[in-house]
Amino acid sequence: MKVAIEKQKLISMYTVMLRIRMFEEKVAREFADGNIPGFCHVYIGEEAVATGACANLIKTDYITSTHRGHGHVIAKGARTDLMMAELFGKKTGYNSGKGGSMHVADTDIGILGANGIVGAGTVIASGVGLSIMVRGTDQVVVCFLGDGATNNGRFHEGVNLAACWQLPVIYIIENNLYAQATRITNTCKVENLSDRAVAYGIPGVTVDGNDVLAVYEVVSEAINRARRGEGPTIVECKTYRSHGHYEGDPQVYKSKEEIEAWLKNDPVLSFQKQLAEIGVLTAKEANTIKQELADEMNRAVKFAQESPFPDPEDTLEGVYA
Amino acid sequence: MGELTFRMAVTRAVDEEMARDPNVILLGEDVRIWGAPRTEFRGLYDKHGPKRVLDTPISEAAILGAAIGAAATGLRPIANIMFANFLGMCGDELINQLTQMRYMFGGKIKLPVTITGYFGAGVSAAAQHSRTLTGLLLSIPGLKIVVPSGPLDALGLLKSAIRDDNPVIFLSHTLLLSRPKKGEVVEEEPEGEYIIPLGKAVIRREGNDVTVVATAAMVRRALAASDKLQQQGINVEVIDLRTLVPLDKQTILDSVRKTGRLVIIDEEVKSASVAGQIAAIVAEEAFDFLDAPIKRVCAPDTPVPYSPVLEKFWMPDEEKLIKAIVN
Repeated sequence: MKVAIEKQKLISMYTVMLRIRMFEEKVAREFADGNIPGFCHVYIGEEAVATGACANLIKTDYITSTHRGHGHVIAKGARTDLMMAELFGKKTGYNSGKGGSMHVADTDIGILGANGIVGAGTVIASGVGLSIMVRGTDQVVVCFLGDGATNNGRFHEGVNLAACWQLPVIYIIENNLYAQATRITNTCKVENLSDRAVAYGIPGVTVDGNDVLAVYEVVSEAINRARRGEGPTIVECKTYRSHGHYEGDPQVYKSKEEIEAWLKNDPVLSFQKQLAEIGVLTAKEANTIKQELADEMNRAVKFAQESPFPDPEDTLEGVYA
Repeated sequence: MGELTFRMAVTRAVDEEMARDPNVILLGEDVRIWGAPRTEFRGLYDKHGPKRVLDTPISEAAILGAAIGAAATGLRPIANIMFANFLGMCGDELINQLTQMRYMFGGKIKLPVTITGYFGAGVSAAAQHSRTLTGLLLSIPGLKIVVPSGPLDALGLLKSAIRDDNPVIFLSHTLLLSRPKKGEVVEEEPEGEYIIPLGKAVIRREGNDVTVVATAAMVRRALAASDKLQQQGINVEVIDLRTLVPLDKQTILDSVRKTGRLVIIDEEVKSASVAGQIAAIVAEEAFDFLDAPIKRVCAPDTPVPYSPVLEKFWMPDEEKLIKAIVN
């Protein structure tokens, strides 16, 4: 470990990773059982990215997210019961049942929404950076995006704008190898997606996205740079989407060998092992955390199940302020 | 008191609102040196500074996307998109983000963004710089649409648009926001605060025989037509909608109940037009008061042509309106 991080912070990061994992496992189960309607994209396998990045943020900082956003919003501090209720389409959910999995938002803690449109967050995040610059605060915004989004025109427009105006934006590319069913190597000739930063005259760094401490350290530097007014950074986190693009995706495009290789590099298990080795987390402590999170997830599902659906007429509310 | 052109009205509205509210910023292409291509923002950079008047790259998605991000975090941006046709370059920001975020978030966010731009035909700008796109815009819930017909309305409505807590698109007709010395419309400059609320139509001319609904550049054409028809003994009531959303349905229905006849002049292709929407509303809610079928004077379902001869054929005008009323 290159960085010195307090024990409490390490345990907190581990807890966030496991919270994401256990929330997603619950979601996958509830989706399979037919209790969650619509589309569902889970974050299993990528927990180190959101956790390592958001461990650098405080409540007043912002994030923009993606269609695979559960992990980002949990890492930024969202409540799992309100999320689960939203996924169930209930009135008590974060968005009163109007948004669902792809749109979970909590603006009170800087979560400007998951987003169902690939690449959309890149230009919005630049605007958040602009707002921070105009208002003269030392906030930052982390923009999560996938490998596929870097092939969208908005990525170019958004990053270029933030670079020109030296805005405090950290673009975190989660390179999980696949855009839906298509490998990134089929749609992009750049090996490291952070190399795209050269085109904008800003720093670009590639990091092991399954190593939460490596992500934490790199993003920490990028955030410090942003807070000093030195502009945006692109951080590419190489990781792997353990599940399909959507729940139920048979994943015919992945080889068995590839899946097994990445499973050996599971970010949650690796971090647990690492913490055990340095004596920060005993097996007993790990069990306690797991049990508490299991209880939290059970409470979240119970809350979602027992919550009322919205009134049909609620459809008409919330279009205009 | 001096003169007020449409261009001066836009400058004054933005200037006053920027002075009133430090959260108002303006971003777009060439807003600094030119004050945008029609010079409607000239002088604002010098007055309000580089943090509030921002020249952008030619990146429409980033202009509107940045406005969304800024609005979501406390600012009140004006995003100048230049020609309405260029909305195609930021279609996602307009359709999927700006106008849906509040709803998708369960009403938990305000996005006070004003989009400004030019729209409409009449200057041989050809297909990619001439559409009004109002029919398309009308199909986007969450968006307010302001289509002023003259300088005073531009001033009062733009100030309301900027103060509104919702996404608003404010469109200046290319014939009204013409460059200086090209026959600008001039009205008397008002003193003090001049505000017109969104959603209130105005009756430009009273009459008992037929109701004509118009907006933007079509209002003058409707008034010119009604002058001629007056000589034939036909009294036309001309309604200027001012805003398409909110739509002042009541003023239209009250007028039709009085006149029994409705003609809508609308500078858009006939299919899925604002004219079609108004016709449907009146057919649903005032059918019993109609003495004749509703008529729509619209453009044909083609792109806007370039040659002045073709463009004149395409665009609704005084003669086409008179023909529709007399027949």
